[in-house]
Amino acid sequence: MEKIQTDVAIVGAGGTGLRAAIAVAQTNPSLRIALISKVYPMRSHTVAAEGGAAGVIRDDDSLQKHFEDTVAGGDWLCEQDVVEYFVRHTTEELFQLEHWGCPWSRKPDGTVNVRRFGGMKVPRTWFAADKSGFHMLHTLYQTSVQFPSIRRFDEHFVLDLLVTDGECRGVVCYDLQNGVFRQINAKAVVLATGGAGRAYAFNTDGGIVTGDGIALAYRHGVRIRDMEFVQYHPTGLLGCGILMTEGCRGEGGVLYNKDHYRYLQDYGLGPETPVGHPKNKYMELGPRDRVSQAFWNESKKGRTIKYPLGEAVHLDLTHLGEKYLHERLPLICELAQTYSGVDPVKQPVPVRPVVHYTMGGIETDGRTETKMPGLLAGGECASVGIHGANRLGSNSLVETIVFGKTAGVSAAERAMSIKKDYDNAELTRQAEAAEKRALALFDVQGDESMSKIRTDMGESMEKGVGIYREETTMLETIEVLKQCKQRLKKVALTDRGRVFNTEWMNLIELGYTLDVAECMVHSAINRKESRGSHQRLDGPNGAYKERDDKKFLKHTIAVYNQETGLPDISLSDVKITTFKPAKRVYGAEAEAAEAARKAKEAK
Amino acid sequence: MANDKIMKITVTRYRPEQDAEPFQQTFDVPYHNETSVLEALFYIKDHFEPSLSFRWSCRMAVCGSCGMMVNGVPHLACKTFLRDYEGKAMTIAPLENFPIERDLVVDISDLIEKIERIKPYIIPAAKDKNMPLTKEYRQTPQQMEAYRQFAQCINCGCCYAACPQYKINKDYIGPAALTLLYRYDIDNRDAGSAIRDEFLSSENGVWGCTFVGYCSEVCPKHVDPASAIQLGKVKSATNYVIKMFKPE
Repeated sequence: MEKIQTDVAIVGAGGTGLRAAIAVAQTNPSLRIALISKVYPMRSHTVAAEGGAAGVIRDDDSLQKHFEDTVAGGDWLCEQDVVEYFVRHTTEELFQLEHWGCPWSRKPDGTVNVRRFGGMKVPRTWFAADKSGFHMLHTLYQTSVQFPSIRRFDEHFVLDLLVTDGECRGVVCYDLQNGVFRQINAKAVVLATGGAGRAYAFNTDGGIVTGDGIALAYRHGVRIRDMEFVQYHPTGLLGCGILMTEGCRGEGGVLYNKDHYRYLQDYGLGPETPVGHPKNKYMELGPRDRVSQAFWNESKKGRTIKYPLGEAVHLDLTHLGEKYLHERLPLICELAQTYSGVDPVKQPVPVRPVVHYTMGGIETDGRTETKMPGLLAGGECASVGIHGANRLGSNSLVETIVFGKTAGVSAAERAMSIKKDYDNAELTRQAEAAEKRALALFDVQGDESMSKIRTDMGESMEKGVGIYREETTMLETIEVLKQCKQRLKKVALTDRGRVFNTEWMNLIELGYTLDVAECMVHSAINRKESRGSHQRLDGPNGAYKERDDKKFLKHTIAVYNQETGLPDISLSDVKITTFKPAKRVYGAEAEAAEAARKAKEAK
Repeated sequence: MANDKIMKITVTRYRPEQDAEPFQQTFDVPYHNETSVLEALFYIKDHFEPSLSFRWSCRMAVCGSCGMMVNGVPHLACKTFLRDYEGKAMTIAPLENFPIERDLVVDISDLIEKIERIKPYIIPAAKDKNMPLTKEYRQTPQQMEAYRQFAQCINCGCCYAACPQYKINKDYIGPAALTLLYRYDIDNRDAGSAIRDEFLSSENGVWGCTFVGYCSEVCPKHVDPASAIQLGKVKSATNYVIKMFKPE
């Protein structure tokens, strides 16, 4: 096996991985960087993000407001010190991308424009039309090529972490193009592999979003935090689940049920705002968890619209006019036309909630370090603590660059503090063992179908850990996942080749996803309350329907148990600095609560 | 899927470790109005040939992974629909003008190398080098409009598969990379035009293009590389004149 010595190994070359690599290179140009990704950087799923990235820029905005929106939006399950750090660094990172060439949409005077987004009090979402992730990713990729110390390993699939003396000291990966294994020893490893939306059948994610990094860390006993919080985006295209950005509603789009009624006013988001006059934190600009939950309730009331592909509500943009739509939401127009046959200029778009984002992930501190020395994590695969129980739209794109940079700097500092390269027989033995395990999959006999297992997992996750949850269905999902893992051991590969064997890679990926799915459902069943995206319908006299700060103002921690093969679940404290937990309110109720608070402060 | 129609789809196969050369395999694939070529490939992989390899990810025509030849024309598989081929047979082959790596997967390292070679990043003027991270470059919507379209490239490689010049001369920098070069050249934040001129004005730069325009026809994102290259020729001529009067 080829062996490579490097200083910092970064797994994943999306927004976070690329930003981390650039940060390492800028911190110290003599550090060797291995940037490893199972796809070419510009294929990473950052590319599909549409709406934008939050950063305080307007005179009527403040870091305090961004902080409060984020913490309240997360239903107080955020690490408040980390959120403080986050909101302080968003705007400079967005300016940095601007200097690197990102085409942020402008005002007529040539300064950066911002748009409204759900759950944000003031417009603060920087956007590049509705291709913000695409432009951020390409800007980062193109900028990265000028740093000679970044050595890319494109289309390299990571099979395991190398861990000795309790420290992470490298990875072993497989070069898809050439069909060979590579051992990469490193002084610091940054995981930046994205989320695990593919655990669910209906999702906005690319095929690559299989939770690899979370599973790699989990299998080594690293703490995985808050995995029950899975975000359903309220507006995915019916059938395929392709995302219709929240920017649609930020620009003034409205949601109707089958009676052409703006139903969100029935769910604590009203009163109704006039069409074409969106108001922050009202109606369609409520947070994602609330808007998705409203759909579920409308469905129960029989007020959704039935299509051959399923139930939907209507996202109406027609009042915005062709010129404005083509300027602000060109991709949305293209996607709706291509994948739904609907022209948003003329007709409302049928949409429904769809799994979109993994709020939990690998537990890290504010410097992106895990409890395993040498292992760092950033972006969607990490739980650095800014999203809590519900992420606000446009906080995650900016998270990739803020914490990508932080991870790069932290990793560089660690690498500089270690003088000698790690290389010994034990690292090599581990790498060879990982190779052997991967190759052993070719010897499996059995008649299980991988696509069937994937479908069963995805459907069971939708059912058990969807928008609303109950113990009985969660128990069923736990059982289905257990069987899926057993069945996975009986999938015989038909493809015997080594070069670009996607069947074999998909099998390993599915193993990763199943582990992450188990973290999600075991974390969820243990949280006997409702908070943010985790809503329960059960409990004695429905007790779990309410938020329970006494017992559950806590993070969930999942740790792999070698004996059971399942996660052990425990709780850990939440860092609260200045913003005490309160009732989470939107619409008119929020204004009343704020007025009351101000009056109290004035006394 | 009882009411599904069936399409005969012929796919190019090539497994470097066992096949001396590529061969064809034909499958009957059921489809409905929304079925994309990518979904047809999923169906083949799930039901007939798990060993069929192809790249894909986003399913929404933005990651650029799934460029391939459909009935001889470069397309994104996820943005091409079987309904538009009704009554015809369909052939799916790897992108032309790139070496086949495996089945529908081609070796795009030449494309990547060219994209990275032309310095696709802002090269700031000396006065802007230490611009603080508290403000942006002023760029009006009109200034952005000048390059906006040329910044939409997803690096799928369809234009290289369409380019007759690249077919006969692999040193030609080609549509996507030249478009990217031009995109940065005309960005008002950039001062690197003179540095990039060695690529723009070389014989394998814009002057290598014979203006067939097929690249723009097949571009799934309407980037119009042919137009960028023609504008690049004007830029190259201007650079030449400037150099005559302002020797270094």
